[in-house]
Amino acid sequence: MERDSVDADVSVTVNGSHRPVPAGVTLESLVAMLGFSGRPVAVEVDGEVVSRASLSSRHLAGGERIEIVTFVGGG
Amino acid sequence: MSRTADASEGLDETAMGGGPLVVGGITLASRLVVGTGKYATYADMARSLDASGTDCVTVAVRRERLLNAAGENILDHLDASRYALLPNTAGCFSADDAVRVARLGRELLRDMGSATSEWVKLEVLGDTKTLLPDPVGTLAATEKLVSEGFTVLVYTSDDPVIAKRLKDLGAASVMPAGSPIGSGQGILNPNNLRICLEYLKDGDPAYPVIVDAGVGTASDVAAAMELGADGVLLNTAIAHAQDPVRMAVAMKAACVAGRLAFLSGRIPRRLYATASSPDEGRIVQPT
Repeated sequence: MERDSVDADVSVTVNGSHRPVPAGVTLESLVAMLGFSGRPVAVEVDGEVVSRASLSSRHLAGGERIEIVTFVGGG
Repeated sequence: MSRTADASEGLDETAMGGGPLVVGGITLASRLVVGTGKYATYADMARSLDASGTDCVTVAVRRERLLNAAGENILDHLDASRYALLPNTAGCFSADDAVRVARLGRELLRDMGSATSEWVKLEVLGDTKTLLPDPVGTLAATEKLVSEGFTVLVYTSDDPVIAKRLKDLGAASVMPAGSPIGSGQGILNPNNLRICLEYLKDGDPAYPVIVDAGVGTASDVAAAMELGADGVLLNTAIAHAQDPVRMAVAMKAACVAGRLAFLSGRIPRRLYATASSPDEGRIVQPT
């Protein structure tokens, strides 16, 4: 299959680490790639929360900063 | 006696009047809010929470671990149908950061269908050494979060003026610190707490005031409740006790004891003694 620009890797930052991802990949796919599907996580891109319902329609662009968080013990 | 309470399981202050604790329209069966941090294991945490009798627990929002996605999640050990989850903004040193973390906590809770999805325990800290709250940032974040529909339970110092301003901004509960977080120093300034309670409950006696932070042992919980606090939030005093489960039972009993003592109306302090036995009929006279 011929690669087009949609398939080229771009670099995003996930939880503080740079990571190559296919350009235009959805957040839902990224969450799945990281093994977090079905786990309790919330996702933020460049400081804005992306709701669970919107993960499948939110496409990533190079340079974006993604945070994937969950609950941990705390007081 | 019409009723005996010989085990902590039998201690229930609501059965003796005074009504339950209501925060943001949600009724809590226990007046203890217990943190989930610092336990040696999740099993210790679960047993301690159970023993404390709490039905509201705090959690923190942190990055999901990228290298250990198969690891356990705290939610595997917390029954969300039993415990109201109260996400905190611990570790935030600016209003903007706290608002950001609060929104992420809300998204996690909404996704779980939690009844307390709009709740946040707001902490805006001023200093890493003391973990004392930054009052300016706390006021700003409270205003912002209230405007976004959050039910804000706000950690603050025992300063009555700031406490009143936080309530005026719409905080669902003001939570003055007894002493610095995790310090175990108890209630350092009961007079300030008294004034906080007086100001916050003026014309609004049901307004919930929860003493948050500084508890070291059971008597600290009792002392806070005897002052008229509606609840106590604690974590380290249970989690780092040598026997966390037993300490959780002690905290439960102290909370109920303190509440009952408050409701009962303590005697005033006097400088001099007043005899409990009658003077009349003594066969001897004082010299």
